[in-house]
Amino acid sequence: MASPSEADVNVSHVEKKKKRPVRYWQGTEGKTKDDNKTEGQPEQQKRQQNRIKKKRKRDEQPDGGKKVISGKSDPFPGPPPIPKDKLEKFKRKGKIQKPLQHHYKLKDIITRSEEASEMAQKQAARFDLLLPEDAGFLEGDEDEDTCMISQEDIADAVDITSGAKHFNLKLCQFGPYRLDYSRTGRHLLLGGRRGHVACVDWQSKQLMCELNVMESVNDVKWLHTEHMFAVAQKKWLHIYDSNGIELHCIRKFNDVLRMQFLPYHFLLATASATGFLQYLDVSIGKEVAAICTKTGRLDVMCQNPHNAVIHLGHPNGTVTLWSPNQKEALVKMLCHQGGVRSVTVDKTGTYMVTSGMDKKMKVFDIRAFKPLRSYFLPTGASCLSLSQRGLLSAATGDIVQVYRDVWSTPVTKPYMAHRVRGSVWGLGFCPFEDVLGVGHGEGFTSMLVPGAGEPNFDGLDTNPYRSAKQRQEWEVKALLEKIQPELITLDPSELGYVDRANFEQRHQDRVEALGFDPLGKEKFVPKHKKKGRSSAAGIERRKRQVAHEDQRDVIRKTVEDRMKLEEERNRMKEKKAALSGKRSALDRFKK
Amino acid sequence: MKVKVLSRNPDDYVRETKHDIQRVPRNYDPSLHPFDVSREYTRALNATKLERVFAKPFLASLDGHRDGVNCLAKHPRSLSTLLSGSCDGEVKVWNLTKHECVRTLQAHEGFVRGMVVRHCGTSFFTIGDDKTIKHWKMEAPGYGEEEEPLNTILGKAVFTGLDHHQKNAVFATCGHQVDIWDEQRSTPIRSFTWGVDSFSSVRFNPVETELLGSCASDRSIVLYDMRESTPLKKVIMTMRTNTISWNPMEAYYFTCANEDYNLYTYDMRHLENPVKVHIDHVSAVLDVDYSPTGREFVSASFDKTIRIFPKDSANSREVYHTKRMQHVICVKWSADNKYILSGSDEMNIRLWKANAAEKLGVLSPREKQAIHYSQKLKEKFQHHPQIKRIARHRHLPKVIYHQKNELKVMKEARRRKERNVRKHSKPGSVPVVSEKEKHVVSVVK
Repeated sequence: MASPSEADVNVSHVEKKKKRPVRYWQGTEGKTKDDNKTEGQPEQQKRQQNRIKKKRKRDEQPDGGKKVISGKSDPFPGPPPIPKDKLEKFKRKGKIQKPLQHHYKLKDIITRSEEASEMAQKQAARFDLLLPEDAGFLEGDEDEDTCMISQEDIADAVDITSGAKHFNLKLCQFGPYRLDYSRTGRHLLLGGRRGHVACVDWQSKQLMCELNVMESVNDVKWLHTEHMFAVAQKKWLHIYDSNGIELHCIRKFNDVLRMQFLPYHFLLATASATGFLQYLDVSIGKEVAAICTKTGRLDVMCQNPHNAVIHLGHPNGTVTLWSPNQKEALVKMLCHQGGVRSVTVDKTGTYMVTSGMDKKMKVFDIRAFKPLRSYFLPTGASCLSLSQRGLLSAATGDIVQVYRDVWSTPVTKPYMAHRVRGSVWGLGFCPFEDVLGVGHGEGFTSMLVPGAGEPNFDGLDTNPYRSAKQRQEWEVKALLEKIQPELITLDPSELGYVDRANFEQRHQDRVEALGFDPLGKEKFVPKHKKKGRSSAAGIERRKRQVAHEDQRDVIRKTVEDRMKLEEERNRMKEKKAALSGKRSALDRFKK
Repeated sequence: MKVKVLSRNPDDYVRETKHDIQRVPRNYDPSLHPFDVSREYTRALNATKLERVFAKPFLASLDGHRDGVNCLAKHPRSLSTLLSGSCDGEVKVWNLTKHECVRTLQAHEGFVRGMVVRHCGTSFFTIGDDKTIKHWKMEAPGYGEEEEPLNTILGKAVFTGLDHHQKNAVFATCGHQVDIWDEQRSTPIRSFTWGVDSFSSVRFNPVETELLGSCASDRSIVLYDMRESTPLKKVIMTMRTNTISWNPMEAYYFTCANEDYNLYTYDMRHLENPVKVHIDHVSAVLDVDYSPTGREFVSASFDKTIRIFPKDSANSREVYHTKRMQHVICVKWSADNKYILSGSDEMNIRLWKANAAEKLGVLSPREKQAIHYSQKLKEKFQHHPQIKRIARHRHLPKVIYHQKNELKVMKEARRRKERNVRKHSKPGSVPVVSEKEKHVVSVVK
């Protein structure tokens, strides 16, 4: 086919081709041709073998470690082992199921990412050893009960700076007080029932601002920084800055009784006396959702810090879980026989502790929605609060009790107890400190509770020692990665899973979004024929010709299948009949 | 009573003097960092949005030619040097860093059809419509000296394409036939024909340096071995191929720019089916060039756009266009994998970034780290619908946008018709032909 041109048939001036480089499969050829090479090769081979031997030797060494010049081998070869519980602590998710063999690219990606995450987990677990601080503790001597140790004794026993963290603010004029610590634990916000609002840098005891709003105050809450706080007043929700200047009066939010701030979503959730649960996006100042819970006055509220779901307690003994994306409660749990007085959820989002009018305090596992423990308190707990390390404080009348390990072991007596003056109104552990703040009728008490706070903070997230510049940086970063309220679900890691929605589900979503079915078949419209040939009967006839066309095939097929089956059955019957053709003696009894 | 209360020394957490950097103690405990997935997703979304915000690929336009730019040549040794030949026979040498022309020479009468720089970078060859091959020095002539070629070869017919061997003093031209020339001789050392009388481009394989590929006017792509006297094989397609480009890393693959608006990547060893059909252009594709990493290639089209395709993807990842750019005739990917150069009908050469959102200049380590991190995040969440939508969106000129939709409708109509034909004919008599098989007529050896 190919016709070489005449020119290159008799071309003789082609340059002599260069010698082709020797390839590995031509090894034997090269040996016979080249004498030099034959001499060189065995030596090379020998060297190579030696190298392999050496390598093998190194591998075979029992410790596998490097030889030191002195000849001694490393007694602890390899990286130090990591305790299993440490590794478990830093585990973020389970292993992904490996895909089938033919998805080799996906498999490769998954293997790599798994390796990387495992490495990160190991590194984090190793780094855990280097954390500078240890958690606090309180141990009594023999036959000494820790709950009998008074606050004064503890304050005397510890160093001066820690001792100074136990103090009383006598504010008997405008009480009782609600309180809130900022996320870094540096700042304290106090709100008296009769209108007194004060924010304090409580560690240096510096008063940042103090004002009287001349209205009753239901709740106070810090917003994302210590420069803004929200006050739920008699009628409306107000936002002040740290100088006490009123920034906003939000009239959409009325009769607010309780508030929760979701720091990663920049949402302020409020529960009102009219039964409304409202969400305010504080970064853009817009109401995100307003849900009518239809359950009456809402004065028991807490958030799940793990998944930003709001828990509401109701007078009929139920606790309901809410997200801003749904008009109905995500979950309704019947927790108590009387009304629910207080709810709190631990940091990991595993346990919920509730107390009710039936004088019981119950612990629930809110991943499985199952009760774990139930305790009877003689006077019942009016306020509950959980610390970062899982200590539970409960206010019973004017006594504040602190419990340890309420979910793992049945507790018989409190870890600590303290009596304050006047009944307790607000209770809160200070983050990253061993301090419990108690707001009561006669003011505010700061209690020392050893072992309450997380000893090591993360400087990029919540840094109590951050400078103004660092705070500004953090604020910008945090606002940039503000999580949208649509992502609030019961399982916060849901976004990381593979979407296994099948075609039907996806199609259904599409139909819902579009308002019509894009894949739906168009209805047959007969062509209009002229000259009177498009009579109503004719149109109907034409319609009937194509009616159920798509179903006809299916029907035909099923009919054919059925016929085939019938035939088969008949044949089998005949066969059987043929086999059992001989009459037995007992056949005469057959009907 | 034994008691210990948390008591931090502020000196451990606050910097000593103003001149120190701030101390940032870390704790990687997952319980202190809730919502990790949602926050990462938000970061990925932001990174994707910012990428689109920063996507400003157009860098500079080099103007100076007095007619359309017909060919471009990269310098093999110098990143900043570019050669361009125009339709009026003028060749310009450009300094890319300064965006200026350093030398102009009137090389031919009529078009400059092809241009290639010798592998040593000291001289270059041009061919033109005046049936000559000219060998020029890279350096400009001294003061008072005349601009003269080192060597001029007069051919019998018009040459249309030119390429130089990677190592040896051999080059190939095409036109009437494919000729292999020795630099020292004035007659070709070898000529190949295969029943056709017009070739449009010829390219040497960058790895197996004795191999060549050329595209002919009878809609075929012909492969040659320089050491043999006859061509190796050819594949005939439904429409004519304009140019081919070899993948520099996996040199058994080549991509050809076709008149039927598509590009086809072939495996040299199996020409029966293309490995991939790259669709997206809405007019004939005129030129194609691989990136030096061999993972992507850029194509220039008559529809006034440039598109960048990943080598194994059917659709382009990027499209470049400006209001003033006319039919793009030639395109090159720079040797540092960072820039794209395009020469178009309206006399300009344009310099583009290969990665539209890339920040040019020296990056600080923290910047680099942040870029890597956001790259990884984008990769991780790339299949989420919102992120996918933002990352994929490109603005197209109205004409191209409508043309694209029109083509889509036409394609769908053809498909529907074929389906109906199949439905109403004897089962098996109208086989399903895949998109890859459609465009290959035959392979001849």
